[in-house]
Amino acid sequence: MAQTEEKIVFQRPHSLARFVTNYCPGCTHGIVNRLVAEVIDELDIEGKTIGISPVGCSVMMYNFFNCDMIEAAHGRAPAVATGVKRVNPDNVVFAYQGDGDLASIGMAETVHAATRGEKITIIFINNAIYGMTGGQMAPTSLPNQVTQTSPYGRDVSTAGYPVRVCELLSSLDGVAYLERVTVDSPKNIRKAKKAIKKAFQNQIDGIGYSLVEVVSTCPTNWGMTPTQAFDWMRENMLPYYPLGVYKDVVAEGYANAAEAAAARAAECPIAMADNPMLAELPNKRKVQDAMNKAQGGAQ
Amino acid sequence: MSEKVLMKGNEAIAESAIRAGCRFFFGYPITPQTELAAYMAKRMPKEGGTYLQAESEVAAINMVYGAAAAGARVMTSSSSPGVSLKSEGVSYIAGADLPCLIINIERGGPGLGSIQPSQSDYWQATRALGHGDFQMVVYAPSTVQEMANLAYGAFDIADKYRTPVMILGDGMLGQMMEPVALPEPKTDLPEKPWATTGHQGKRAKNIANSLYLDANELEQSNIERFKRYEVIKATEQMSEEVNCDDAEIIVVAFGASSRIARSAVRAAREEGIKAGLFRPITLWPFPVDALEATKSHAKAYLSVEMNMGQMVDDVRLVVRDSAPVEFYGRTGGVIPTPVEVLEKIRQINEGLGE
Repeated sequence: MAQTEEKIVFQRPHSLARFVTNYCPGCTHGIVNRLVAEVIDELDIEGKTIGISPVGCSVMMYNFFNCDMIEAAHGRAPAVATGVKRVNPDNVVFAYQGDGDLASIGMAETVHAATRGEKITIIFINNAIYGMTGGQMAPTSLPNQVTQTSPYGRDVSTAGYPVRVCELLSSLDGVAYLERVTVDSPKNIRKAKKAIKKAFQNQIDGIGYSLVEVVSTCPTNWGMTPTQAFDWMRENMLPYYPLGVYKDVVAEGYANAAEAAAARAAECPIAMADNPMLAELPNKRKVQDAMNKAQGGAQ
Repeated sequence: MSEKVLMKGNEAIAESAIRAGCRFFFGYPITPQTELAAYMAKRMPKEGGTYLQAESEVAAINMVYGAAAAGARVMTSSSSPGVSLKSEGVSYIAGADLPCLIINIERGGPGLGSIQPSQSDYWQATRALGHGDFQMVVYAPSTVQEMANLAYGAFDIADKYRTPVMILGDGMLGQMMEPVALPEPKTDLPEKPWATTGHQGKRAKNIANSLYLDANELEQSNIERFKRYEVIKATEQMSEEVNCDDAEIIVVAFGASSRIARSAVRAAREEGIKAGLFRPITLWPFPVDALEATKSHAKAYLSVEMNMGQMVDDVRLVVRDSAPVEFYGRTGGVIPTPVEVLEKIRQINEGLGE
């Protein structure tokens, strides 16, 4: 009889708890929760990871993960993450937030955690609607999108325009990495996981603030089947929220966000004067080049 | 205790907190707590600590929440309208049973109000910030020395009961200078096995949370917390009495207004009026037991406050119908004078003679 070797090819990630979630059938939260857990397992960081769950459909997420968890008030996850990370910089701290949480009530916390360059990881679920409260207009709801509180469609002349979060944050010096992904196909799920892993690895390596925006669906509140929802998302959301990398300081040749920021501020004497960051930068070449250029080109 | 140094109240709180082992300060600028944050900005980096100027009071208190969950001794400071903004975060901190220190150097209200001293946050502080069903331990110092002492001890109380603690001062106490002997730095801080520091594969996961979708679970959690409050009420009441033993008229005042009341009581005694000062040091728990004991001989009470009348409610709850309880207050940032309070004591005294 031939010897058969048992090999596990698929199992629940260790960091994902055995817990029945509150997510609706067809919701993308489940996929993204799992990707985060897979990344935590693969990086072997469960024991030092602190997750911050938001207010919204993923509010119960503190039950879904096996790492230490904190439940934040609506929109405040980046501030809570800041407090945790400042106390224990060796922890890996991630916040998981929806569009209402991150881009409406928590916009100040989002922008300021990013510009401070907090070494945290943000997973941002953009499904263009408030799910938990039953389908109200979100800061990312599309023009003319019908929701409970935009029953005639989002009228941009009164409700204004959606916020493109990656584009908005890409101007901030504290930011190391921004990528917009989606999870509508195995290929895109693999790309999303790669982005999430990078956002965690950046934190471990001290590179800077990283955010991955996941363009998602809400079949329940959109009033569609999961398949219809993905079709609607591809047709309407992706043109408005194009997938791709919006900032990656490492790909630009910098060691970290601080180095990229220093290069950008090279012509500003006070920003560069005795900059303690400068001495610690592992790769000063780009900054030095920029400073030399600013001072008249002496190489 | 070291030799005395001349310091502002705001600075004494800051230095004392650092000596109590606080290494994390998150704040947002507001008058009249300014010196406190400025002191922290200077000192924290030298102590290997963190001073972080947040984008708002809301963000600052949520940073406090995160740092407290991570097990640190952490504080924030603000002034009345800023504390209103912090109320959301304080409610979450209380709901998650986390310890921290909140300083409120009060100014006049409502609204943007004034930047002069006030005590109009008494209700806000003692009836709990936020949306209710929790309490904080609230201290009301009346001297710079007491600000230092209470800030030093506040972290121990916060850790012991896993509760937010507030020091309720005002612009006068915060900005005036007095000699103060600072406490020795603390070294042995308590272990916090509940903190979210990462389980390292060695324990079950820790969660900091105030959400209960099951109403019965939330009720039970609140009941358990209020059992702890009963212990606090039984053991942590603090007050000072001056000439209360034989007093017929007891002036009740806290913080800055107690300094004025003290002068007025002294002047009344010089006129032969049997007046005494009862000064609550804990506003929550209110020093019910000590005030209760004065009912055997007191014929009238006078609550002196820098607001439209707030603590007077708590005095009436203790005194009930055993004696009349009167109120004298100035508000909006106006500080009452000893002469005004003395005049009120004289009026009450004349009424007693009738």
